Amino acid sequence: EDKTKKRLLWVSHLTRIRDNQDKAAFAELYAHFAPRVKGFLIKSGSDASLAEECAQEVMATCWHKAHMFDPSRASVATWIFTIARNRKIDVLRKQRRPEPEELTWGPEEEPDQADVLALQQESELLGRALADLPAAQRDLIQKAYFGDLSHSEIAAETGLPLGTIKSRIRLALERLRHVLK
Amino acid sequence: MSNIKHHLTDDILMAYSAGTLPEAFNLMVATHLSLCDTCRAHLASFDAVGGEVLDTPDVDIAMDTASFAATMALIAGGPTEEIKVTRPKGMLPAPLQDYVGGDLDQIRWKPVGLGVKQAILPTSKDASARLLFIPAGAAMPDHGHKGTEMTMVLQGAFQDDDDYFARGDVETADSDHFHTPVADIHEDCICLAVTDAPLEFKGLLPKIAQRFLRI
Ligand SMILES: [Zn+2]
Ligand SMILES: [Zn+2]
Repeated sequence: EDKTKKRLLWVSHLTRIRDNQDKAAFAELYAHFAPRVKGFLIKSGSDASLAEECAQEVMATCWHKAHMFDPSRASVATWIFTIARNRKIDVLRKQRRPEPEELTWGPEEEPDQADVLALQQESELLGRALADLPAAQRDLIQKAYFGDLSHSEIAAETGLPLGTIKSRIRLALERLRHVLK
Repeated sequence: MSNIKHHLTDDILMAYSAGTLPEAFNLMVATHLSLCDTCRAHLASFDAVGGEVLDTPDVDIAMDTASFAATMALIAGGPTEEIKVTRPKGMLPAPLQDYVGGDLDQIRWKPVGLGVKQAILPTSKDASARLLFIPAGAAMPDHGHKGTEMTMVLQGAFQDDDDYFARGDVETADSDHFHTPVADIHEDCICLAVTDAPLEFKGLLPKIAQRFLRI
């Protein structure tokens, strides 16, 4: 309950940044997410100074693209994750990242508040499901997102046979999906 | 919106979400997502997992002391990338049009024999992407794979064993899979194909063709 409130708070922070260029709201968003983005990039293989620079750019992008965030489609954490991930591909992997066509077309409307609440509650369930996973499974999921690790590389790192890894990731995702149903 | 029956695998979608795929595979995924709401929804759930992984305290690494001021200075400098909102008309979805430099009529085909044509797209070297033109009713040479191969239909259709692939459908074949896709008789087939390892052809003639095909 409290945690869903926290998620809704981040949503309203982004609205304040979008509508009023609210620096106080941005400072709070920054204090929470910038260190996580930096950590995400370091765990993805970046050195500390590049990660620091990229995290600043990611947070600046949050400011500039605040009008593109749709809280009925993603949590603020998810949205920032996608920005950080794209930055990682640009800078760490030095590749173009093809993006799918935009779905939204025509005049933008404010999303329905009930949809926003439902999505943010669902994210909270997902977060809790992830936290409740056995440590070994949670570990593998983190590795899949942080490291540039393929399934077979994960196998080499953890000493687990490939079949086990694939089925563990699948199992973990199925559990997550089950919780979201 | 579509009758797509053959979708992206969970492995591929998760890797796209994590940002660990080679550029050629990213192009395949972005092209399919442009036509497929089902996979777009699955991707959203993988992105949501990514968001939760990011938003955990043990990921936290403290920013430098002057970093907030530096970020405000970046913001004052204005957005660095323009925001694209165009949706081009045509047969090719937007991500592919970016690589081709336009729609079907802008593809620079190179004949590779028996009426088959291809155009290799510029991507990073860890995997390759190409457009394939297969005349109605013609077959691709019988082949297996060392790595993963994904083929998506953009125009026409092809049959592979018992499966039929039409616009938007993706066939994912890996190392233990030998196959001979055959284009539908009614229309020339145009596909996007990506591979992360060279294909292995069975006969001698296709082996020679492989050098020219660069696949
Ligand atoms: Zn699909
Ligand atoms: Zn094949």
